[in-house]
Amino acid sequence: MAKYIIRRILWTIPVLLTVVLFSFLLMKAIPGGPFTREVSLPQQIVDNLNEKYGLDAPWYTQYARYVYHAVQGDLGVSMTQRGRTVTSIVGNAFPVSMQLGLGSFALAMFIGVPLGVIAALRHNSWADYVAIFVASIGWAIPVIIIAPLLIYFFSVRWNWFPAFGWGDTERMVLPIIALGTGFTAYFARLTRSAMLETLQQDYVRTAKAKGLPWGKVVWRHVLRNSLIPVVTQAGPLLGFLVTGSFLTEYIFSIPGMGRYFVDSVTNRDYSIVLGLAVILSAVIVFANLVVDILYGFLDPRIRYD
Amino acid sequence: MSHLLEINNLRTHFFTREGVVHAVDGISYTVDRGKTLGIVGESGCGKSVGAMTIMKLIPMPPGRIVEGEILFEGKDLTKASERQLQSIRGNDIAMIFQDPMTSLNPVLRIGYQLAEGMRIHLGMSKQEARERAVELMDAVGIPAARNRLDDFPHQFSGGMRQRVMIAMALSCDPKLLIADEPTTALDVTIQAQIIDLLEQLQDQFGMAMLLITHDLGVVAGVSDDIVVMYAGKIVEQTDTEELFGNPQHPYTEALLGSIPRLDETHRRELANIAGLPPDLVNPPSGCRFHPRCRYATQICVDKEPPLAPYNGGPGHLVACWHYRDSREK
Repeated sequence: MAKYIIRRILWTIPVLLTVVLFSFLLMKAIPGGPFTREVSLPQQIVDNLNEKYGLDAPWYTQYARYVYHAVQGDLGVSMTQRGRTVTSIVGNAFPVSMQLGLGSFALAMFIGVPLGVIAALRHNSWADYVAIFVASIGWAIPVIIIAPLLIYFFSVRWNWFPAFGWGDTERMVLPIIALGTGFTAYFARLTRSAMLETLQQDYVRTAKAKGLPWGKVVWRHVLRNSLIPVVTQAGPLLGFLVTGSFLTEYIFSIPGMGRYFVDSVTNRDYSIVLGLAVILSAVIVFANLVVDILYGFLDPRIRYD
Repeated sequence: MSHLLEINNLRTHFFTREGVVHAVDGISYTVDRGKTLGIVGESGCGKSVGAMTIMKLIPMPPGRIVEGEILFEGKDLTKASERQLQSIRGNDIAMIFQDPMTSLNPVLRIGYQLAEGMRIHLGMSKQEARERAVELMDAVGIPAARNRLDDFPHQFSGGMRQRVMIAMALSCDPKLLIADEPTTALDVTIQAQIIDLLEQLQDQFGMAMLLITHDLGVVAGVSDDIVVMYAGKIVEQTDTEELFGNPQHPYTEALLGSIPRLDETHRRELANIAGLPPDLVNPPSGCRFHPRCRYATQICVDKEPPLAPYNGGPGHLVACWHYRDSREK
């Protein structure tokens, strides 16, 4: 197992290098640059800026330079926000996105999964239909609609929660609900169908034939087997959530990574885009590793060596 | 003395979107203590559903017992509460299923799955149940039992898994063992081993057995009595020797004709039964076997033959207008 984990961690190196390479090439493929303005600057100034940020070198030299510095923990400086390093920007934005993401993830896991379990156990009853109806709606409505509705009712009309910002707990409530609702619904549906499939299995009938009380059959023989597909999807979702959701962060004016990502692409702030891409892919790779390790615990047929 | 198990006019139907499936349609039989009853019939004739109904292991809904009694030691299980059933399942009546590859939970250790029933029904501690599990695994012929307690099902072969299933079924010393196609999913050589094992354990534990199979060869050596089912109904019922020596129903004859015999002197082509098992949503009128029966006449289409004692032998019931002796007269 330890060997397997080490091997997987070593594998992240080529993955990250490739991610950086592709981000690099894609950024270069977009017309314009960080110093392109509506009113064009004198050529001499642009040349100076390009030289200052190393943009005058051929792309492979830039790539090599970037990797060389990044390995030493230096992700460069922002090209549009003067004097700020990428590390400090990401260092501020990442924890914010992570809190928002983890909150929404917890919502999906602790509300969505149990809802799915209950719906499956009450299959074809009104509780099942209500749960599935609500979940379908929850999954179908995008953040861009949920978020303004939440703000309108809970902030503007009833004044229960602040409408924007981040920091104290009460500011976190609405964004977490806005971002988490869709995924809660999604996980409720996923868990329900996984449970229904497991309930059909022969070994569940065996457990029942042993005379186990139904609760024990569900707890011991159904839940764990049903969680395998849930874990599969939860890993990448966690990666996706903690790296920021642009829409939610934008609507609630949250200084997280999602916003920076979009802004820096628009501004061609190459070093920030690359820095965020590296963090994002590292988190996703890590989340997948966690999923694969969890698999080993959930399903003994999977063994790593 | 009363029978251990007495089934009276049992009907189990499934209420599906396509219509009502008459899976079990009025069957009656008895099993006595320590005896073996074989239930034979082709796939889809209702034999498994009938057996599962005894412990209410069919999905309800869509399944429902629409009529009949299941008397186990005189108590009607159709009226038993879920709680009462739980104390009977795995304890007084145990069951072995067809496919050992899917009947064990892939994520739980063998020892745990074996111990589960004993801890519930016999109130054993974890340690006691583990010890007993080793004894049971020895008894069903699993080599190096103690070392295999912590293995998972995928580390066992099909035959070994079926032995685990048997050990599990025997763990609480049941009075009745229901074996639903226990050998169907196994290699032929393993089949014989499992049947021998069941027979030997039956003597050892003194339990009654309900052996459900489509394979007459499997029941021949083990059963005291045999029930032949077709399309949810019993067509012939008698003791094993009589059934093999003096089959009366054309369906039984056809089933017997489809097994090769070692003592045959000349080569013959194995007979098969033309057509497919009937649709249980709209079963054929009259005798349900008539569309496939070569002796069928108008009465078979119009009227259902009763399952009645046949004048040749006592306790030999047959449901046919043209049973063999009547044809030969």
